[in-house]
Amino acid sequence: MAETHAPIQRPLSPHLGIYRLTLSMVMSGLHRITGLALVAGMVLITWWLLAAAAGQNAYGTFEGFATSWIGRVILFGFSWALLHHLLGGLRYLIWDLGYGLEAAEREWLVRANIIGSIVATILLWLLLVMFGMR
Amino acid sequence: MSMRTPLGRVLGLGSAKSGTEDFWVQRVTAIANVPLTLAGLFLVISLTGHSYPGIKQILGSPLVAVLMILFIIANVWHMKIGVQVVIEDYVHDHLQKLTLVILNNFFAWAVGLACMFAILKISFGV
Repeated sequence: MAETHAPIQRPLSPHLGIYRLTLSMVMSGLHRITGLALVAGMVLITWWLLAAAAGQNAYGTFEGFATSWIGRVILFGFSWALLHHLLGGLRYLIWDLGYGLEAAEREWLVRANIIGSIVATILLWLLLVMFGMR
Repeated sequence: MSMRTPLGRVLGLGSAKSGTEDFWVQRVTAIANVPLTLAGLFLVISLTGHSYPGIKQILGSPLVAVLMILFIIANVWHMKIGVQVVIEDYVHDHLQKLTLVILNNFFAWAVGLACMFAILKISFGV
């Protein structure tokens, strides 16, 4: 005869919402978001190359966009997303190889990623200005 | 006629029937993208200040053109896999997922081919 039991109280996996948000979680999301933003960046590269191939007028239109203030803001954001995603990718390659997974190393890598991407972006634009960006 | 057993043929291929190929290619293209992107940034810096004819001449030189084609292949491939992973993670309806993955493929091919065509056209100067 089947006996009726009270449901067994098994441990439940904690809901995602109760985890303390860590910087590496935010950076994981940011890696995805910058990756998706780079799709728009690739569209800009396509426009740039097609304009260069099409001729002077088409290139002028692209240059008009690239040198406008909104174009500059978009290109600055694109360059930061690119460098951030590139450095983040190196971080994931290091982790894929099994290195840098200790707590202190993780934190260090994540911080190096943020600081490195900002410094590299500023450095890139300083170089662009130095080389006579119009 | 394959000598492999039916079990051997499917082991390790998973439900997508392509195994870990995308996972691996995503990492290989990531590695390739590091030097290629740095070269691309170096190119953009060296193009600043040039007018259209100068830019066209630099873009059309063989070394730059070959590096740019490699940049486009590695980056577009990486982009295609990356976007597909995002679609597969967040879109759960099968038909919607299939539609978006196919559109993503079309997009990647169109962008990749357009860029390569443009580079070759500039190089050959026609």
